[in-house]
Amino acid sequence: MICQGNGFIKKFNVQGRNFSHAGIVSTKIKEILEEIGIAPAIIRRAAIASYEAEMNIVMYADHAEVILCLSLSAINITFKDKGQGINNIELAMQEGYSTATDEMREMGFGAGLGLPNIKRNADKLDISSSPGKGTTLDVTFYLNGKK
Amino acid sequence: MKLKEIKEILEADLICGENYLDVEIECAGGSDLMSDVLAFGQPGLLLLTGLSNIQTVRTADIIGANAVIYVRGKKPDSNGIELAGQKNIPLLSTKFMMYKACGLLYNHGLAGVERTIKT
Repeated sequence: MICQGNGFIKKFNVQGRNFSHAGIVSTKIKEILEEIGIAPAIIRRAAIASYEAEMNIVMYADHAEVILCLSLSAINITFKDKGQGINNIELAMQEGYSTATDEMREMGFGAGLGLPNIKRNADKLDISSSPGKGTTLDVTFYLNGKK
Repeated sequence: MKLKEIKEILEADLICGENYLDVEIECAGGSDLMSDVLAFGQPGLLLLTGLSNIQTVRTADIIGANAVIYVRGKKPDSNGIELAGQKNIPLLSTKFMMYKACGLLYNHGLAGVERTIKT
């Protein structure tokens, strides 16, 4: 994380398998970034990456803690879930690879585009996962126009 | 093209957002797959979709879409309509199916999302 002990920090909880609430945290993060006055193009990338990560939590995890951390130089969002984890991260990063169920697809998700889309929108993405335990995504967006 | 012209072309019903009928729409995209919309959508988009759950409104908000049109006469439930009201996103519903709705708008000069997919 970029701004430990420094800057604005807000924590959220996401409940897994609760499709009707899926996206609420990302919407709140977007609202916070808008209130602070972050550049719209950066907000959009952060909102898309956050929403994709939140949908992954809802689809695959039991619950998760999301930590939004703002410093003068970057937005950092950490998604730490307890759930089934990812067996093969390299495979999961490939567009089109998916282990989604029919229920997930009926919601309009689970096309195997989530993680690649997070990577595309983020300036920096770190993934760590323990199969059977959970996954942590650490996503960073620089405010100084690096991307 | 203004949203009210799109409403006429598609003979669409306005579900909510009557104050936004003069919004200018510069491009449109049609998909039932919100994963695709998140990956390929762009700000100001008119989203045509046959999916009617609340995630369509959330996705529209996240990508900065200007409006959502539900095809095949579909409509979101009250939660979706309420969220659209909060996020100032007009929602419309047309009886036309996806192919015809998109075709009619394209014929009237409304461009699609400009993005080339690598194969």
